[in-house]
Amino acid sequence: MYVAVKGGERAILNSYRLLDEARRGDPAVPELGVEQIREQLGLAVDRVMTEGSVYDPDLAALALKQARGDAVEAIFLLRAFRATLPRLGYCEALDTSSMRLARRISATFKDLPGGQVLGPTFDYTQRLLDFALAAQDDAPEPAAEAPATSEPVPGVVDLLNAEGLIEMHDPSAGDPEPPDLTRSPLGFPAPRAARLQNLARGDEGFLLAMGYSTQRGYSHSHPFAGEIRYGAVQVELVAEELGFPVCIGEIEVTECQMINQFAGSKSEAPKFTRGYGLAFGHSERKAMAMALVDRALRAGELGEAAASPAQMQEFVLSHSDCLEASGFVQHLKLPHYVDFQAELEMVRRMREGKPVEKSA
Amino acid sequence: MNAPVPIADARAAAREPHYNFAYLDERTKRMIRRAILKAVAIPGYQVPFGSREMPLPYGWGTGGIQVTAALIGPRDVLKVIDQGADDTVNAVNIRRFFQRTTGVAITERTDEATLIQTRHRIPETPLAAGQIIVYQVPVPEPLQRLEPREAEARRMHALGEYGLMHVKLYEDIARYGRISTAYDYPVMVHGRYLMSPSPIPKFDNPKMHMSPALQLFGAGREKRIYAVPPWTRVESLAFEDHPFQAEKRASRCSLCGSGESFLDEVIADDRGARLFLCSDTDYCRQRRGADA
Repeated sequence: MYVAVKGGERAILNSYRLLDEARRGDPAVPELGVEQIREQLGLAVDRVMTEGSVYDPDLAALALKQARGDAVEAIFLLRAFRATLPRLGYCEALDTSSMRLARRISATFKDLPGGQVLGPTFDYTQRLLDFALAAQDDAPEPAAEAPATSEPVPGVVDLLNAEGLIEMHDPSAGDPEPPDLTRSPLGFPAPRAARLQNLARGDEGFLLAMGYSTQRGYSHSHPFAGEIRYGAVQVELVAEELGFPVCIGEIEVTECQMINQFAGSKSEAPKFTRGYGLAFGHSERKAMAMALVDRALRAGELGEAAASPAQMQEFVLSHSDCLEASGFVQHLKLPHYVDFQAELEMVRRMREGKPVEKSA
Repeated sequence: MNAPVPIADARAAAREPHYNFAYLDERTKRMIRRAILKAVAIPGYQVPFGSREMPLPYGWGTGGIQVTAALIGPRDVLKVIDQGADDTVNAVNIRRFFQRTTGVAITERTDEATLIQTRHRIPETPLAAGQIIVYQVPVPEPLQRLEPREAEARRMHALGEYGLMHVKLYEDIARYGRISTAYDYPVMVHGRYLMSPSPIPKFDNPKMHMSPALQLFGAGREKRIYAVPPWTRVESLAFEDHPFQAEKRASRCSLCGSGESFLDEVIADDRGARLFLCSDTDYCRQRRGADA
């Protein structure tokens, strides 16, 4: 007699070996080094760090190698590793106005203090396959040196604020400590600090689609890309025994300040409102989508009707995490014999005494 | 039948020295234990907890794994089942995880285990005082399919307002002549909280009532823990004129001949011949005695 899917142990061990082989591919082709992934597939590394919630390009590159290039699987590896790390402390808020800029653009002003810095971007490339890259003698010509800016470059929102045209988000006195979603579960209604954390580690594709939906009539919010900047910022930590912040290193981030129209109300003059996006590394698509969704989720506090999916906290925040979604969708692969059996019995009983239709 | 692979197989997994005992760090375990204590104090109430990313995917038992990891000690004897069986791939995988991270003794025998982690079944062998059974829960909120807004569902629990569920069951009876829920059949715990028993077949529901064992439920993706302490009333929802029935089929197990246990249906050939086997592999083997 034959009973399938039992004796799983040997099958699992064999599948490990098959997976190793599949990952390695043709052994005649040189093996990919982790440092090659880190240096040459940097945007994949950045996405894995952002959604994996760990800033470590080497570990993210290793995760990508182990995951055979699958972003969600690599994010999973990094998050599971992250769960074993102790929480040593909380850093000071990043000062992105003192970012060492590699790129900074504004779609709202033709020129502005600090200027427009295009930096490394696909934006104005023509998407033609470059067959020269296939020949593998890639030694790019050095770009013209841009004049290094050492002065802090003020953000566009600060310039608008000089006229009082845009809402500001200075924390009020007695502002509560933000919740930490990696330590405590999300509760509803979620404060903006918790929403932003959720969006920051949210799946890029999901946020892109949700953000896109706001541009197609599902809670239109008249967005302008006020500013997008990418570069290195210092991370500062107040060590308890010191009592003042010290720099513990530098990370690269992409920040998006979205500027949205707001009609005002009986009590308030019209003003621009804001949506905010931040991601590790160079992740503009993610940061912009996040900013659109952040703005949409502020419907409640701005007195707008929450009628579209992107405005519904529970809908967006409960479904944004790629690991929760991927895990639960794929758990359908697990055996469900018992439930199916119970259902089968139920359907058979319900059919008893009913006329039988038979297909030909 | 293929000989079962002995689970003490040498390849199965040596203790992995790079991780803490049972994977989680001690502070995380303490956080989970606090949630468990609260859950035991309020039977059937879903306690939110800071669920961590485990090295297994969400939906594959991360809640149960975290509860087990927070409780397990070096002297525990662990049993892991999925669909009632010790040797289904997911049970094997979770057992390997605990072998690698704790090195504790493992067993397939229900009566030998101090901790049982399960997905979708309660063992046929009655549980005893002192045992803990940990259920893996995909959707802890019994009202979710009726009211997807969590804030609203929590309000209904707070008020004990379960009319929505009764209406759903009533509509089943009106439409089909019977309640059409075959698994994950909702229960009232200690007369207060409506609770999902996890997707066990309703055949298993009566085993939860006044059980001498501690029953714990972990939902990792949804970040909830809940509990049924020993000797607690667990009543399956029903109406006076439509009492709850744990339906039992007329067939018997082809291996041990049991007419009492929950059976898996196996399609034996391509002409539609079927046979039935105990879903609880340990129970079946005990009944067959030493020859199996």
